[in-house]
Amino acid sequence: MRDELKPYFRENRLPHIWCPGCGHGIIMGALARAMAKMDIDKKNTAVISGIGCSSRATGYLDFDTLHTAHGRALAFATGYKMVKPESKVIVLTGDGDCTAIGGNHLIHVARRNIDLTTIVFNNNIYGMTGGQYSPLTPNGSKATTSPYGNLERNFDLVQLAKGAGATFIARSTVYHVNQLTDLIIKGINHKGFSLIEVVTQCPTNYGRKNKMGSPAQMMLWQKEHAVTKAQADKMTAEELKDKFIVGLLHQEEAPEYTEQYAKMVANLMGGDDK
Amino acid sequence: MVIIDQKLCKGCGICVSLCPKQALALNEVNKSYYAHPDVCIHCGMCELWCPDYAIIVERESKE
Repeated sequence: MRDELKPYFRENRLPHIWCPGCGHGIIMGALARAMAKMDIDKKNTAVISGIGCSSRATGYLDFDTLHTAHGRALAFATGYKMVKPESKVIVLTGDGDCTAIGGNHLIHVARRNIDLTTIVFNNNIYGMTGGQYSPLTPNGSKATTSPYGNLERNFDLVQLAKGAGATFIARSTVYHVNQLTDLIIKGINHKGFSLIEVVTQCPTNYGRKNKMGSPAQMMLWQKEHAVTKAQADKMTAEELKDKFIVGLLHQEEAPEYTEQYAKMVANLMGGDDK
Repeated sequence: MVIIDQKLCKGCGICVSLCPKQALALNEVNKSYYAHPDVCIHCGMCELWCPDYAIIVERESKE
């Protein structure tokens, strides 16, 4: 590891316990590089995670970290942000953690537009518990709990977050690691709720069941199936069927919750009738 | 110069397979090593793609 990244890691905890070829390490690396590029104030940054493979990341990152209950990372992060509105809060969560167990927290955090940066490690599966399908497991894919193919349709997390009112939505993959680092910087700088979905590989539980080959082959799959917004606009629905769009997909300005809250407190405390 | 920390490498083979110039290879104990320094273009992608932070790519100065 480069010396400039070392301050962001708890080096005595490395090497991490993720499987060989797991993409989660690449995302955590991209996050550390983004922090180094921004020269982030470590004392004023919190990293909060739920439960799952992805959420192990808080154990390796040297910040104020919280490893919380399953699906509740966003709820804890909301509490932290309300108490310390000046801090930057980054939430690391997995596809199951964020969209199944924590699905309700996700839509309401997006609705409130509270200033959190959420990075969703989407490996299409519950990796830690043995490979059960999650709401982001593509329709037809195999998992421990769908041995003949998943009958359920999967969420499109970008559309879900957009519908719920998120003000910054992006998607990237671990193959596009430079783009990912840039998007993380943009997401942290954005005032309001930012959601970054990262398509990553689980070679052990997802890749093996679906015969996707080695970790490197799974990354090449990401390269082949990712299209930019500009490319997607020119493609037909048939061509787009098994593709996903990467890049910064939605950004808008909206009142931020903690700011509105502070304003209301100031108004009520310094009211005219005092 | 590509420095690979043998203690951190888990031998997943991502760097070996995705290197655009095939400059890296796995050794007999299944760890990545800098096999072909002559073809390396120091693009640095192996460092960014390494999930275990085992690789450092150093670009040499032109002196």
